Amino acid sequence: MGADRKPTIAVLSGKGGAGKTFVSVNLAAAAGRSYYLDCDIEEPNGHLFLKPESIESEDVTVLVPKINLEQCDACGLCVDFCRFNALAHIGSHLLIFEEICHSCGGCVLVCPSEALTEKDKVVGRIEKGRAGDVIVITGILNIGEVSGVPLIEKIQDVERNDGLTIIDCPPGTACSVLESITYSDYCLIVAEPTLFGLHNFQMVLELVSLLKKPFGVVINKFTKETNPLEDFCMKEQIPIMARIPHDLKLAKTISTGRLVIDQEKAYLSLFKKLLADILGELN
Amino acid sequence: MKIAIPANGSSSESGVCNAFGRAPYFMIHDTETNKTVYLENEATRSPDGAGVRASQSLVNANIDVVLTPRCGGNVLRVLDAAKVKIYKTEGESLKDNILAYKDGKLSVLDEIQAGLHGRRS
Repeated sequence: MGADRKPTIAVLSGKGGAGKTFVSVNLAAAAGRSYYLDCDIEEPNGHLFLKPESIESEDVTVLVPKINLEQCDACGLCVDFCRFNALAHIGSHLLIFEEICHSCGGCVLVCPSEALTEKDKVVGRIEKGRAGDVIVITGILNIGEVSGVPLIEKIQDVERNDGLTIIDCPPGTACSVLESITYSDYCLIVAEPTLFGLHNFQMVLELVSLLKKPFGVVINKFTKETNPLEDFCMKEQIPIMARIPHDLKLAKTISTGRLVIDQEKAYLSLFKKLLADILGELN
Repeated sequence: MKIAIPANGSSSESGVCNAFGRAPYFMIHDTETNKTVYLENEATRSPDGAGVRASQSLVNANIDVVLTPRCGGNVLRVLDAAKVKIYKTEGESLKDNILAYKDGKLSVLDEIQAGLHGRRS
């Protein structure tokens, strides 16, 4: 982290529905000047709560090979080279499977007759808008696209200069999550206090430990009963940064697309303290 | 004429494999010589695009007909381009399917499996 750059906090969880978006949007809004990056590109929904305005939309493209059959001499070098099998050749005919292509450009490099070039293929778009002090950047993957990684890369390239960044990650531990947290300074893991919640938490824990990221836990839907997640965190000395109660009022606020920090002073304090504690851990 | 069937193993008892791209073997039967060989499917080791790779191997082996319980859109695109005909298998026996094909009892495969890449041709 450079001296002039504010920290980036990635919010993630091992499963969908744990409360990533709920925590991310309230954390961003509580932070004042900040950037909210919705990297949950298959179903981005943070904008429903932050309600950004003056939205600018930009297509995101990847490069895929394009064949000029007149120049192709059917040598098959490109087919042999592609480890993802995005190419096949039948006699003098080359077939390209764009949805399998990982845009490495290798087929173009190995083609001895310059029959292959690259072209742009739109895979999704980025919407940038403003909600009060929060700049809201939303990645939207086109339906049917297999990989969101190129789109998540582009979201993180958006210029940021003033204010910290909150990244709302996709659920789970796949490549798209890895891409979402790679450049973050801190990982905030949202988990539920159940056996299932603990299992999913441990998967994410493995990932953030592998990347050696500082991290902490938010227990969502917390009740006073003893729970396996809390026991595990105590035993392993994992910092529990906040406990958000299993509260019907919260559910009602969320179901109407509102920010809980705008509705309840207690939650504004909770999220402000959470943010201050995270920044404290980083200093 | 050469006929290929995705197989669970490298013997006639191993049975028809439900997967195409990631079938461990293809049984290849040559109707002219009446000989049967088992081709190891190297596509099983592919991180992606196994259907494309497996179909390419069959095209390279000059297959004329494929008998399979199912296949995806990418497989169909490769086999179609190579004018390989695809028929739907019936039951699990490799031998019985070859005989059924020779007797004209198998029907053309007309439903495409929406696989990982989800394309329907």
